[in-house]
Amino acid sequence: MTQRATENQQSSSQNADIAARPLVIIGSGLAGWSAIKEFRKLDPHTPVLMFTRESGDFYAKPALSNAFAQKKDADQLITTTAEKMVSATGVTLLQNTEVTSIDAATQEVVTSKGRFGYSQLVLANGASAIKLPISGNAANEIISVNSLRDYSRFRGLLFEGARVLIMGAGLIGCEFANDLASSGYQVHVIDPNQGPLINLLPQSASEEMRSALAGLGVVWHLGASVHSISRQGQAELSVNLSDGESLRVDVVLSAVGLKADCELAAKSGAQCDRGILVNAFLQTSLQNVYALGDNTQYASQSLGAGGARTLPYVMPIMNAAKALAQTLTGHPTPVSFPVMPIVIKTPALPLIIVTPAPGTPGEWRSVEAGIWNFWAVGGEIKGFLLMGAQTAQRSNQIKLLSNPQSLIAP
Amino acid sequence: MTNSTFKTYMCIVCGFIYDEATGRPEDAIAPGTPWADVPEDWTCPDCGVAKADFEVVEI
Repeated sequence: MTQRATENQQSSSQNADIAARPLVIIGSGLAGWSAIKEFRKLDPHTPVLMFTRESGDFYAKPALSNAFAQKKDADQLITTTAEKMVSATGVTLLQNTEVTSIDAATQEVVTSKGRFGYSQLVLANGASAIKLPISGNAANEIISVNSLRDYSRFRGLLFEGARVLIMGAGLIGCEFANDLASSGYQVHVIDPNQGPLINLLPQSASEEMRSALAGLGVVWHLGASVHSISRQGQAELSVNLSDGESLRVDVVLSAVGLKADCELAAKSGAQCDRGILVNAFLQTSLQNVYALGDNTQYASQSLGAGGARTLPYVMPIMNAAKALAQTLTGHPTPVSFPVMPIVIKTPALPLIIVTPAPGTPGEWRSVEAGIWNFWAVGGEIKGFLLMGAQTAQRSNQIKLLSNPQSLIAP
Repeated sequence: MTNSTFKTYMCIVCGFIYDEATGRPEDAIAPGTPWADVPEDWTCPDCGVAKADFEVVEI
């Protein structure tokens, strides 16, 4: 046998070995479990191995910011236990396991429980709460709620009537403010912008949200930021604001946004920007390695306009999981996202919004009470906002977006 | 004919409620449509999960 033939034989036996390895998923959030559920619909047999640093229980993450009003504790938010997920999907779940690196050359992951080979690898390890640099001896007591464990800890800190300062008046900040204020807590919200949700909403709508939450007792500190947080004695936190004001509160909750977890991917050689970069097939720059969910920066081909970006919402995950399952089972399928409204669960003033692609020139215009449309330059509607009872108009508004030619500019 | 047995179903991912009494007229599902008659390809309007990912809830 020539040396060449031996090499070929080795290489083909290595390929056969790799093909026989399991599909490996890192992360047990909505992205990881949804990818597995969709994969199993197409392939009931291939072994699947899931690594998670958590318990693997399945829960609805959007519920974390509206669970107080429903008086739900962390365990009650678990819709399906890890045990049931495992028996329903036939995966092998390694709980409380840290994945420390990916060896893309040998197609193995290195974990706190050893090395494991993969045929294909899916990175679904999500995003972490952004931590702002804050001074003071109690800055480390700032809480973020980005997992069931965080939620449980947060709930444990809140006694009846507690005073809570929420940092950030974005989507999650507003949802928490509504949830906590209507559950009897004293809520303050601070944000450097001049109004809530200012990056998403037209000015007049932001003002309506501000009034609606103020009506529940929320105290706004707009155009300001937290300077320092200190604990004097055991009783309470003293918070100094950039505008010179000082507050006394019991808990500080940070809701200033998420940052994609790219560290593992980046140190293993995958290209990352604001998230792990994938192509339209959700493939990273590493062979046989894919990504979806809050850690992923989706390709501009999947998004239509506005350039590659992260989409840390539920609906994109569902769409990505379906396309990915096809690709993983040998039918390469690009993900393309439909119109994906963002639902803001503030019962004091419910909102549904479809934002135009970033950078789209145009303006928001009020159509009638509770309805705004984003008119792009050129006369097409590229977004809508529905407020309060008008949220029932969602389907009609989506039709407006898909049939822009049926519109007459006002 | 009784309408006292209408049930509600909740999306396990986002908490959206489907109420048989009100149906989902905007998706051409008439009021009073039992869950079993909601099309299998209908998805949660809030988050896109499949019909199979709803569970019955008492409210």
